[in-house]
Amino acid sequence: MLTIENLHASVEGTDILKGLNLTVKPGEVHAIMGPNGSGKSTLGHVLAGRPGYAVTAGSATFKGQNLFELETEERALLGLFLAFQYPVEIPGVSNMEFLKAAVDAQRSQRGEAPLDTVSFMKTARETCKAVDLDPSFLKRGVNEGFSGGEKKRNELLQMMMLQPVLGILDETDSGLDIDALQVVANGVNSMRSPDRAFVMVTHYQRLLDFIEPDFVHVLAGGRIVRSGDKALALELEERGYAWLEDEVA
Amino acid sequence: MSDFMRQPLDHAAANAPPWLTDIVSAGRTRWEASSMPTRKTEQWKYTSLQHLQGSYAAANDGQVELAAAGLELPDLGGFRLVFVNGHFCPDSSDTELPEGVSLVRFADASDSQADTIREYLGLAVGRDQPLFTALNEAALEEGVFIDISPDISVEQPLVIAWLTANQDQAFGVSQRMLVMAGRGSRASVIEYFDSASGAQDSFTNGVTELLLKESATLNHCRLHLEQANAVHIGRVHAQLSSHATLKSFHCALGSVMKRLDLVVDHVGQGAHSELNGIYLPREREHIDYHTCTEHRVPNCSSSEIFRGIIEDEASAVFNGRIHIHENAQKTRAELNNRNLLTSAQAEVNTKPELEIYADDVQCAHGATVAQLDQESLHYLRSRGIARDEATVMLSFGFINEVIDSVSCEAVAEHLRGLLSERFAKDPALRAHRI
Repeated sequence: MLTIENLHASVEGTDILKGLNLTVKPGEVHAIMGPNGSGKSTLGHVLAGRPGYAVTAGSATFKGQNLFELETEERALLGLFLAFQYPVEIPGVSNMEFLKAAVDAQRSQRGEAPLDTVSFMKTARETCKAVDLDPSFLKRGVNEGFSGGEKKRNELLQMMMLQPVLGILDETDSGLDIDALQVVANGVNSMRSPDRAFVMVTHYQRLLDFIEPDFVHVLAGGRIVRSGDKALALELEERGYAWLEDEVA
Repeated sequence: MSDFMRQPLDHAAANAPPWLTDIVSAGRTRWEASSMPTRKTEQWKYTSLQHLQGSYAAANDGQVELAAAGLELPDLGGFRLVFVNGHFCPDSSDTELPEGVSLVRFADASDSQADTIREYLGLAVGRDQPLFTALNEAALEEGVFIDISPDISVEQPLVIAWLTANQDQAFGVSQRMLVMAGRGSRASVIEYFDSASGAQDSFTNGVTELLLKESATLNHCRLHLEQANAVHIGRVHAQLSSHATLKSFHCALGSVMKRLDLVVDHVGQGAHSELNGIYLPREREHIDYHTCTEHRVPNCSSSEIFRGIIEDEASAVFNGRIHIHENAQKTRAELNNRNLLTSAQAEVNTKPELEIYADDVQCAHGATVAQLDQESLHYLRSRGIARDEATVMLSFGFINEVIDSVSCEAVAEHLRGLLSERFAKDPALRAHRI
């Protein structure tokens, strides 16, 4: 589904990713862990096509297409979804209209007519319930005045409405209390299927207690320096990252 | 003085109601003794009066039918009074006034009504009459006086529509309105300006005065939707007695030139004003808002938010002045102006002006000029929304925040529909309004 080979990327002239390799197959859940500044968030932004993130070498193939030749919205329509670590607030644009525009864009891609308002509202309200977000949040500006946790749940709401084939969660667990974490985990787990994959970028092993990964990777110095299964996360929890960084250096 | 308005002035001199003739004549004397502002006049630095260089006839006599003139009015609810090219349109106007509201047309005023109008006309504008107010009076034949009785609460808005229809030649006309909101009253007044499509040259010179007595609450909207070559120079002066509240919303879509001066004068303690607006010129249109908030007495508050989206080769001016007089202690005043430029040729000149002579006040102001927020654009696109549609959503969102402040829901809804259509020239780009 996603094959990243020798990816190099820079932000404002600083090299962040330095030869990253990663292969994600349908049905898999990958966790990417690593110390601050190792390039975890950069990976998500580069895959989503954020302006200012320059790919300097390497490739990423998503569903057989060269990802870096696609516009941001084309990547989304192909089924790639990034749950942002810091979702932007957009006052004046209602959450509901934003969601409907996004859902209809996906439908249009599949050759389907826009969803009628009544069906859309019904689905949106139900999904709100699933992510424990009061439906009144649909009427507010996109993320406007939302707390950190509400923003994360709003990201999850979007992901559940859009049903991507690849969900990249950029530190979706950070700043969440244990109840909110459970809600997010339930949401992700409910979406797990043989056709869908997830890449979860996280600092903490805690999230992996709730969403069990198939693979755990450690990102350090812009590369994946070690891969393993869930046991690797437990080892990191115990020993920290320093030993790995030492090993790499 | 340039005599581009000679014909309308002559027409007013001959046709104004008798009780108005001395006002008309005094206006003309003052107008003719003055000279036209130039780009060197500070108040007109960024707005050219070149569009007034031709010659304007008086509007043709006689009533114009809305449908025949290709004019349409949205249903904003409430009581409606319609004028086309300065003439009253009884067929399109309502007759049943809400209880506690009296409404008199200048052309139709009885002697006693005329006496009342004369007592208050010009009071809010004040003695230092601006040049174009002199011209307004020199060409004055018709106007509206609305008197809201004390302690009356009027639910439905009073809609006064001033429309411009095409006629065989360019014409100039004065618009005038005086609203007296009685002590403790509550009411909504909507001024709606629009023109028939087409390239008719016209010049409307408007003056509206709002007098708010003690503890009165007045919701006021003034919508300028005139198109093409319909030039408008207008002003609104509001005077707030103690504990009065004014909520005034303004919207201007483009024509070749619109200049609007808004003055909110707090003359009684505890008065509060909210002055908000949006301006949206495109192509080669020009819109100029000059606002002035006067704080003359202590313990008043004012807030002001204006936003503009300037497209194509259009230009806009926003000059926002806050004047806090020496004894106006404990004043709280804020002013915020934000502008969005959507093309490299678009231009805006924005200037907040603070003059503060009291020492115990809270005053905040800010003005920004920017392009669409790239981070927001990326966020929308990352959800599969195409760039064009995301741009429309963000532009609309930028002004929708101000529209949310409109106290009259019918006006807010009308504007949302109108503006979402305007931004999304392709209907597919506005498919997601809910």
